[in-house]
Amino acid sequence: MASSFAKVMSSRTTGLIMASLGAGAVATGYLMSDNATVSADQRRKLYPPSADFPDLRKHNNCMASALTPAIYAKLRDKITPNNWTLDQCIQTGVDNPGHPFIKTVGMVAGDEESYEVFAEIFDPVIKDRHNGYDPKTMKHPTDLDASKIHSGVFDEHYVLSSRVRTGRSIRGLSLPPACSRSERREVERVTVQALAGLKGDLSGRYYSLTEMTEEEQQRLIDDHFLFDKPVSPLLTCAFMARDWPDARGIWHNNEKTFLIWINEEDHTRVISMEKGGNMKRVFERFCRGLKQVEHLIQERGWEFMWNERLGYILTCPSNLGTGLRAGVHVRLPKLSKDARFGKILENLRLQKRGTGGVDTAAVGDTFDISNLDRLGKSEVELVQLVVDGVNYLIECEKRLEKGQDIKIPAPIQQSRK
Amino acid sequence: MPFGNTHNQLKMNYTAEQEYPDLSQHNNHMAKVLTLEMYESLRDKQTPSGFTVDDVIQTGVDNPGHPFIMTVGCVAGDEETYEVFKDLLDPIIEDRHGGYKPTDKHKTDLNPDNLQGGDDLDPNYVLSSRVRTGRSIRGFCLPPHCSRGERRAIEGLSVEALGALDGDLKGKYYALKDMTEEEQQQLIDDHFLFDKPVSPLLLASGMARDWPDARGIWHNDNKTFLVWVNEEDHLRVISMQKGGNMKEVFNRFCTGLTKIEELFKEKGHEFMWNEHLGYVLTCPSNLGTGLRGGVHVKLPNLSKHEKFGEVLKRLRLQKRGTGGVDTAAVGGVFDISNADRLGFSEVELVQMVVDGVKLLVEMEKRLEAGQSIDDLMPEQK
Repeated sequence: MASSFAKVMSSRTTGLIMASLGAGAVATGYLMSDNATVSADQRRKLYPPSADFPDLRKHNNCMASALTPAIYAKLRDKITPNNWTLDQCIQTGVDNPGHPFIKTVGMVAGDEESYEVFAEIFDPVIKDRHNGYDPKTMKHPTDLDASKIHSGVFDEHYVLSSRVRTGRSIRGLSLPPACSRSERREVERVTVQALAGLKGDLSGRYYSLTEMTEEEQQRLIDDHFLFDKPVSPLLTCAFMARDWPDARGIWHNNEKTFLIWINEEDHTRVISMEKGGNMKRVFERFCRGLKQVEHLIQERGWEFMWNERLGYILTCPSNLGTGLRAGVHVRLPKLSKDARFGKILENLRLQKRGTGGVDTAAVGDTFDISNLDRLGKSEVELVQLVVDGVNYLIECEKRLEKGQDIKIPAPIQQSRK
Repeated sequence: MPFGNTHNQLKMNYTAEQEYPDLSQHNNHMAKVLTLEMYESLRDKQTPSGFTVDDVIQTGVDNPGHPFIMTVGCVAGDEETYEVFKDLLDPIIEDRHGGYKPTDKHKTDLNPDNLQGGDDLDPNYVLSSRVRTGRSIRGFCLPPHCSRGERRAIEGLSVEALGALDGDLKGKYYALKDMTEEEQQQLIDDHFLFDKPVSPLLLASGMARDWPDARGIWHNDNKTFLVWVNEEDHLRVISMQKGGNMKEVFNRFCTGLTKIEELFKEKGHEFMWNEHLGYVLTCPSNLGTGLRGGVHVKLPNLSKHEKFGEVLKRLRLQKRGTGGVDTAAVGGVFDISNADRLGFSEVELVQMVVDGVKLLVEMEKRLEAGQSIDDLMPEQK
């Protein structure tokens, strides 16, 4: 990997130097002859793709690993039916060379069609990010039948809270990087209208970010529900924070166990959560709520973005498939200090994060433990994987408490062939 | 974004009302001027390179207001922006630049001999003197809209032109992405290095894309003449030195700028300029001269005086902290500079700074001695 990377680097360097010299000379030649205004089409001819190829030598993200001058040249002048371009997809990856904790994806979709029109770059990125999943040949399974989960109630001496989240996009409307203000407002309108139809333990209320009162805002912060204007450059460089806080809001049920974010990083983020260790109940509510929301938007002629290659379509390729992150906040004081902790998590296909979310480090002995995978396994499979994995971690913790030894489990099979 | 904004066509599927931004919480020039009717008449237009009204106003929509100063809330993506969207930009220019009308003509005067005095500001109070402006290369898109290829071409042309400077202007270019650690530290110590923009005013307009590609700093060996390439404008040109000899600073400024313009012309390029708006830059606030001439000056007593703000206003001067536009003053040392950019020539503006700072220092000395400054109060310029 290192040596081929070095080879690619030096040919890129040469290419870059020549391109920038070439671009300057071509531009000079053209403009010397005619000082008239240069149209977008003329500009495109003045600057061949080689002049525009981004400098990715210091970069470490999936996009930078996959993008070659040849792919860029082929795709630069293409547009999706919603007029979204490759440069717009990759801008976030160009602007953010690398993340200290995790290898970022480095590109986003502007609409459902981005994944088709720019398949030549999205497919290798998806393969890299999702452990060899090949969108050209594989199918993604969807399974939202929560009754299939077993042993899904954890020891609450260790597990403080349980949570499942995913995202859903409304077919026909551009995604957050690309959407215009009216599209974003339409997403809000369609979703809020549907959510108003939820009943029973799911009945709830919408709080628009633009209209929230000070008291409502404080309460939502205290409940840990309120999302803020994105500050992560990974998101702001992808144009997702435009027009903030227009058409953004939070819906939650009266019991505060089912929560929907509107127009943050995706059209909708759907979250089911509760204190304690009853992951089965959390997932049951999750599936029930999702199905009801889907039914309610279908009644009005809308549907979610989904296809059998990529599952549910979301803004970031890392969230394709299920878009599902099922996790717990769990105390593992002894296990977390054991040298084998990382390997155990790896083999269980689990990921640890700090309790503040993706960009944070753990505080004390409490970790956020969740599934690594999103695509290639169904929702039921992933939640069961988390259930089995967390039960195993708790077993290890208990054994270490008693002074007994623990074993690194055999690795779980990754993508299906 | 470069190469046209075809995405704009999609918005035409929705009504102007559905697309119109919510500006109810906003306090910037754009929000004061834009109406639904104006938005409706402008939203199907674009400049030849594809810049649209939504591109122009995005930064103003995303940044409702600034605590220290009233922001503009608009940027240009190319020279033609100021023509195609004149219905929006003319009233903003008028409001921002003291009533400057669409029919007014702007005077350019870069002859340093026309400056009276300015070589004797008291260095016990005036710590440093500086004049800056910006220049855009005609035919290229501006930082909010340019492609990587364009930005690199701008860098190439600029480095070539600057490389031909000689005498006391002879210097060296430091590309941001090739800089060594030592070079970087030296430039920081010299207070020359500019960083990736963090101000949301700049980020929201798309100026920081692809950082640090094709960005860099050129400065002469004497460290008194400095050019920023591809930061907020194609070129920012700065002449500076310690002490109060503003005349020398302005001399070098004019000489250097004139030489650079000649070198560009030799290669078939010119700066964006017209007789109505003067030099064309990314932000409407920098039109005309784009010139900010100022000093770092110690005014611990005067700055606490109740009439300080009024004095500055009458002298057509502006105060800032010594860290730049978004900062507050530290230890009684202020950055004092001209408030105007358009409608006055370069010489006129620097003259205002020279005369004004002279008066401020005199007032400071009076207050130090416990005397009154009432007889020194200036007329409104």
